[in-house]
Amino acid sequence: MGQTRHCKQKTAMSWPCVGEAGRTGDWRTLRPVVDPEKCVAARKGKIVCMQCWMFCPDNVISRTAPPEIDMEYCKGCGVCVQVCPSQAIEMRPEHAEDVAASTKEEASCDR
Amino acid sequence: MTVDTQSVSVITGNRAAAEAARLARVDVVAAYPITPQSPVVETLSKYIETGVLDAEFITVESEHSAMGVCIGAATSGSRVFTASSANGLAYMCEQLSWAAGSRLPIVMGCANRAMSAPWSVLNDQQDAMSQRDQGWIQLYCRNNQEILDTFLQGFRIAEQVKLPVMVCYDGFILSHTVMPVDIPEQEQVDAYLPPYSVHTILDPEEPRNVNPVTLANPRLNGDGVLCHGYMEFRYLMEQAHKEALDMIVVADEEFEACFGRRWGGLLWSYQLEDAEVVLLAAGSLAGEATISADMLRSEGIRAGVLGLRAYRPFPAAAVADALKEAGLVVVFDKSLSYGYDGPIRRDVQAALFEHRVMPEVHGYIAGLGGRDIKARELVDAARDSITWAEQGKGPKPTDWINLQL
Repeated sequence: MGQTRHCKQKTAMSWPCVGEAGRTGDWRTLRPVVDPEKCVAARKGKIVCMQCWMFCPDNVISRTAPPEIDMEYCKGCGVCVQVCPSQAIEMRPEHAEDVAASTKEEASCDR
Repeated sequence: MTVDTQSVSVITGNRAAAEAARLARVDVVAAYPITPQSPVVETLSKYIETGVLDAEFITVESEHSAMGVCIGAATSGSRVFTASSANGLAYMCEQLSWAAGSRLPIVMGCANRAMSAPWSVLNDQQDAMSQRDQGWIQLYCRNNQEILDTFLQGFRIAEQVKLPVMVCYDGFILSHTVMPVDIPEQEQVDAYLPPYSVHTILDPEEPRNVNPVTLANPRLNGDGVLCHGYMEFRYLMEQAHKEALDMIVVADEEFEACFGRRWGGLLWSYQLEDAEVVLLAAGSLAGEATISADMLRSEGIRAGVLGLRAYRPFPAAAVADALKEAGLVVVFDKSLSYGYDGPIRRDVQAALFEHRVMPEVHGYIAGLGGRDIKARELVDAARDSITWAEQGKGPKPTDWINLQL
């Protein structure tokens, strides 16, 4: 059993903890970016609103002011963008080629 | 062996199965009725309602759900029991694989019945054979006493090797036929079968997800331990089956120490010592073959019987060893792997080839959909095979006994 010899399980199991589902951050093509000028918690310097923290399905947004997003595990689903009441979060392409693609897509949508 | 007639009741195979579940002190029964199994869980339902058995009977809308309940209950530490047949067993199919993969020691009865179509409620072994590769241990019984005893052994085996056990017995032929059965006392069974200790730890203080998506390769868990991938878990399941080859024998020996009876472990034999011709089958048909062997011996043919008790794990080495002196092996299958042959015949042939034991092996398909098989018909088949072998005619095509086409 070489590599997994320290694993004592007969049945597959997992425990709720950071990273149990693997480094899911590399699934991401779009990255959420918080604008501190618009984020209510960031502006007030208090733990208020917290809709993004509450709704994040992967529990990667901190309950802090301002909220911080753990990019190691954020899958880039964009739920936070949808629930933010002050439109403070936007999704930006991870890679330059994605920027080009998204621009092209927008262009084709405009037409 | 002395028989205490006080403890002997004349009961059906289904009742024997229910008595075994009662004596095993099962915690949860979840089942859906289907012929010919229904009386097993009807009896248990009655026992639970009247307080004879302290257990939960969970009624469900299908066999798929029945096995789902069994999986949940076994995971949380209950000793569970269910029973099914044919179409119901097929409907459980997906959950059967979950039970085995979860390494849960569920014990179920399968009152063997023919698969549709056409519609049939009568006996053959196609239902259990069709579920052969799900990872369950399969044990076949020849009479009602063996049914009761095998269920008790089944819990012992299952809880030791962490695999589910299917105890198979022929529908109607055993399920609805009464025979004298020695029903042991509760204290005797308690001494044989200790309470179930669960291995899938459930603790609200330490929540966990059982059977999460498991990727192809091993992966580090949150504690930095490299955990098995899918293949490693499946390899361990196969290792458990190899362990079961020993445990089935041990459970039978321990049973003898407690109850004074044993059933042969993986295999049993009748007049095999000097047998040139061996009749081989599983279940009640193998029991009937002992009558055929006597008939053949009265004609001067040295015949014996090898009865297959464990079909999965398949006792390949034991089969080869038992048949090493045989000149001709005649295998009777009550099911068919369509497009090939009887599954028992082919597994026996493969075991013999692997161990370089080379008797002539002939196969017969018999009793599909409840077609009656008489001992003299097995004798006729054996005679045909003897003649074929004497004439040196080479490979013999598989024959269908009493086919009226």
